[in-house]
Amino acid sequence: MAVPRFWREIPNRYNLVGARCGNCNKILFPPRSICPFCRRMGKLEPYRLKRKGKVFSYTVVHVAAEGFEDQVPYVLAIIELEDGPSLTAQITDCNPDEVKIGDEVEMVFRRMGEESQDGVIYYGFKGRLIKP
Amino acid sequence: MDVGIVGYGVYIPRYRIRVDEIAKVWGENPERVKCGLLVEEKSVPGPDEDTATIAVEAARNAVKQAGIDPQDIGAIYIGSESHPYAVKPTATIVAEAIEATPDLTAADYEFACKAGTAAIQTCMGLVEAGMIKYGMAIGSDTAQGAPGDALEYTAAAGGGAFIVGKNGSETLAAIEGTYSYTTDTPDFWRRDMRPYPRHGGRFTGKPAYYKHVLSAANGLLRQLQLTPQDFAYAVFHQPNGKFPLHAAKELGFSREQAAPGLLTPTIGNTYSGSTMIGLAAVLDQAKPGDRLLAVSYGSGAGSDAFSIVVRDGIEDKRDAAPKVLDYVNQKVYIDYPIYAKFRRLLVK
Ligand SMILES: [Zn+2]
Repeated sequence: MAVPRFWREIPNRYNLVGARCGNCNKILFPPRSICPFCRRMGKLEPYRLKRKGKVFSYTVVHVAAEGFEDQVPYVLAIIELEDGPSLTAQITDCNPDEVKIGDEVEMVFRRMGEESQDGVIYYGFKGRLIKP
Repeated sequence: MDVGIVGYGVYIPRYRIRVDEIAKVWGENPERVKCGLLVEEKSVPGPDEDTATIAVEAARNAVKQAGIDPQDIGAIYIGSESHPYAVKPTATIVAEAIEATPDLTAADYEFACKAGTAAIQTCMGLVEAGMIKYGMAIGSDTAQGAPGDALEYTAAAGGGAFIVGKNGSETLAAIEGTYSYTTDTPDFWRRDMRPYPRHGGRFTGKPAYYKHVLSAANGLLRQLQLTPQDFAYAVFHQPNGKFPLHAAKELGFSREQAAPGLLTPTIGNTYSGSTMIGLAAVLDQAKPGDRLLAVSYGSGAGSDAFSIVVRDGIEDKRDAAPKVLDYVNQKVYIDYPIYAKFRRLLVK
């Protein structure tokens, strides 16, 4: 990922800032410039999504993506946020066998990777199970 | 002085390694180590955690507890000796992650383990002068001891964040005074580009830790004309379990006053987080009217002492975010190979 792109996306990567359409009230994440439901009628405004959601589906990754080799096996999940949108994120701080569909998660701030040893560090959101 | 604490928050990673596990690797007697340091286990950051992520979790907890608009925070200072970048502030990352940007001032602080309390003092000054409404002071670290060094048994990870504001209905505790004691004492250091610190062995005790901690505490007591009997709790920087208890005794505090703020036996030495987490643990259980003493220590060397009086507001606020003991008790043990992988000690 290029540094300028990471920088532009800091609000949504750090704080789950998406968009809300003033016309149809739908919440979009990641944010877009045009509402896919209302097209030209849409009125999009920045909207910070709540950091809570549920595991909709997940998979256990054994062959890691670049930069995640030290974390295998890890869980990659589709998380349905309380505000509606779904997103794909790693579930951190867990053993893969702890995760179940429907589990409640909170979105937390973690290191996502780095450009290189002397490159920029990328931060963003991961899910963490909320223990009852 | 008319400033106080509006909210506080902590974070401690969930992973722990026992002293026994580390001692096994280096052929040392674990009972001797545990008895010598009064430490049973220490916290270990996960592979995706660092000083910035720990600071963000603590800061978010503090904002939640304070119930303030983060846009009203006018200054953020973060003390650490393990900032993720050598050049590029941790404070901007945290400011962004709690949505305090862009109308604020921010900087990273360094003073071994006392940079977080130095940040509290800066915020006190800015608030008292009317330059800012709220200031946030954070101490956060992911400390590393060289493999096989005595520090490896204690070097841990954690952080605490305090929001300082003018005394009023929002403050959960008033800071009635602070006093610092500073000299040039080379008891512990890390040179640029070196991964691990070095220390002066025995030299770290008497002329370093004790001299500064005791002098700062006595200076504050003298300034405020208070005695140890006026305090419900006393918190000291805790590089191990033994030093703070011994310092308490020397000053005339009982074990009952010192024990509730002593976390090192179960989480290790969180460096810049140490005094901040100890103070938070005491605030988690103090009653309105209780007076607390907190004394940090940073090698190099200096100590900041604070006298804090708990106010009624604490009862309504302190359940809004996780407490120190919630984090202490939520733990997963790892063995040395996993620890070595998490701390990137393995060469591939
Ligand atoms: Zn729409």
